[in-house]
Amino acid sequence: MKTLVIAEHDNQQLKNATLNAVTAAIKLGNPIDVLILGHQCSTVTEQASTIEGINTVLTSDAEHFEHQLAEELTPAIQSIAQQYSHVLAAATTSGKNLLPRVAAVLDVQAISDVQEIIDASTFKRPIYAGNVIATVQSSDPIKVLTVRATAFDPAATGSAQVEQGTVDATTPVKLSSFVSEALAESDRPELTAADIIVSGGRGLGSGESFDLLYTLADKLNAAVGASRAAVDAGYVPNDMQVGQTGKIVAPSLYIAAGISGAIQHLAGMKDSKVIVAINKDEDAPIFQVADYGLVADLFDAVPELIEKL
Amino acid sequence: MKILVPIKRVVDYNIKVRPKSDGSDVDLANAKMSINPFCEIAVEEAVRLKEQGIATEVIVVSVGDKKCHEQLRAAMALGADRGVHIEAEPIIEPLAVAKCLHAIVKKEEPKIVLLGKQSIDGDNNQTGQMLAALMGVGQGTFASELKIAGEQAEVTREIDGGLQTLSLSLPAVITTDLRLNEPRYAKLPDIMKAKRKPLDTLTLDELGIDASPRVTQLSVESPAQRQAGIIVNSVDELITKLKDEAKVIS
Repeated sequence: MKTLVIAEHDNQQLKNATLNAVTAAIKLGNPIDVLILGHQCSTVTEQASTIEGINTVLTSDAEHFEHQLAEELTPAIQSIAQQYSHVLAAATTSGKNLLPRVAAVLDVQAISDVQEIIDASTFKRPIYAGNVIATVQSSDPIKVLTVRATAFDPAATGSAQVEQGTVDATTPVKLSSFVSEALAESDRPELTAADIIVSGGRGLGSGESFDLLYTLADKLNAAVGASRAAVDAGYVPNDMQVGQTGKIVAPSLYIAAGISGAIQHLAGMKDSKVIVAINKDEDAPIFQVADYGLVADLFDAVPELIEKL
Repeated sequence: MKILVPIKRVVDYNIKVRPKSDGSDVDLANAKMSINPFCEIAVEEAVRLKEQGIATEVIVVSVGDKKCHEQLRAAMALGADRGVHIEAEPIIEPLAVAKCLHAIVKKEEPKIVLLGKQSIDGDNNQTGQMLAALMGVGQGTFASELKIAGEQAEVTREIDGGLQTLSLSLPAVITTDLRLNEPRYAKLPDIMKAKRKPLDTLTLDELGIDASPRVTQLSVESPAQRQAGIIVNSVDELITKLKDEAKVIS
């Protein structure tokens, strides 16, 4: 049997999380097809055709696939799913929106947020905000999985020249339509792809104080994140949230400034390679997971860091 | 229009859950249980739609053992009109829950099914999407804003990188994200009143649902624990450590 990986993209650019999903697919040991559903998305097909370790890139180009609406993509995936033993996507908001719908039409129980592949039907996934890891085994004929990007290295790209194919577009179902999108514009790296992340919490005290973190981030070519407390207080928008209900990140360096370290936040960043905590409260739980802790007022320490880096 | 709000009884979000010593399952003995936070937001949103005169009736439904009456009553104290309990024990999987809800949808014919995006125990984030698929209707997942106009729902969704707004034809399924609203606290008179609101019980057999599990939990374990590192005494020492020891900056 074969494995199908659903590519995530915006019709221009293949999203990196797809490469992590491919690595998870490689661990399953079967031939891999990558499916691109989009509109005027030939550059995405070209990019995907350079992924190493895959067999075929399948593309279906239709206007109603442009905005990646789950209602439109599901019938297209369903139309070819019986050829596959596994259907995978990255556990992003896009993958989480789409794959359960696919699983339901195939009458199988999806498995979310897979972080380790034991064998073709046995997987590890976090439950209870990552406080517990469950090993689960699926008896369904088709395994539908979303995989946690931070748990798998990205597949290599560049040298491969993969065979390309097409899939017939399914009829539009027209249950939903796209109205608008407001995406944060930033020159900084994306949170989930950044090598270094500087993150702020309630200790920042205001949205303006985040300017300090932006300055530090620019020195380090880092992304800027936030705890839920900072988001709830209105300092920064929700798409910066790191944690159980926000983004799951695992950069090489995570600098937490003014973050106490609630378990919901730790669930989103504890797999970072090196964690630095700057907090004036020496009892803050963040110090229990930090490799390097600095008990200091962030308004003294961060400017000093900026100056000395 | 009727709104159906599925809710789940889960361990309270303040509780740090651990595996049992034999690793067979999580240890929930004597743990405080609550209505799942995302479900509470769904109840609040439905009640607000009723207060605005858009919804005529808010029905809460829960799949689980008898103890979920507690959460159904709590939701009725927040303003839901009546409750439906679907008896299922032990906890059944999202696909089976979606099938149960689909059976209730066929009976009640709500225009909107409003539910939490995920429960904080299984963290699956599947039931709403699966229900939408079974109903053959549109889905507005991870909603942070909801506007109803006639036969359309305009849903603003929290997606990676920002917000996306979709228009859905009703009936539709909408799942809530944290910022949709801030749920109210139930007042004592409303808690008393909720005790007299209708609460029906149905069984899986009555609904004709096969809830046999597709996924078996083999074991549970604690995640690899991080060791606490060291406390540095100055910014200079921190920079030195990051450069020379951790080698994460140059």
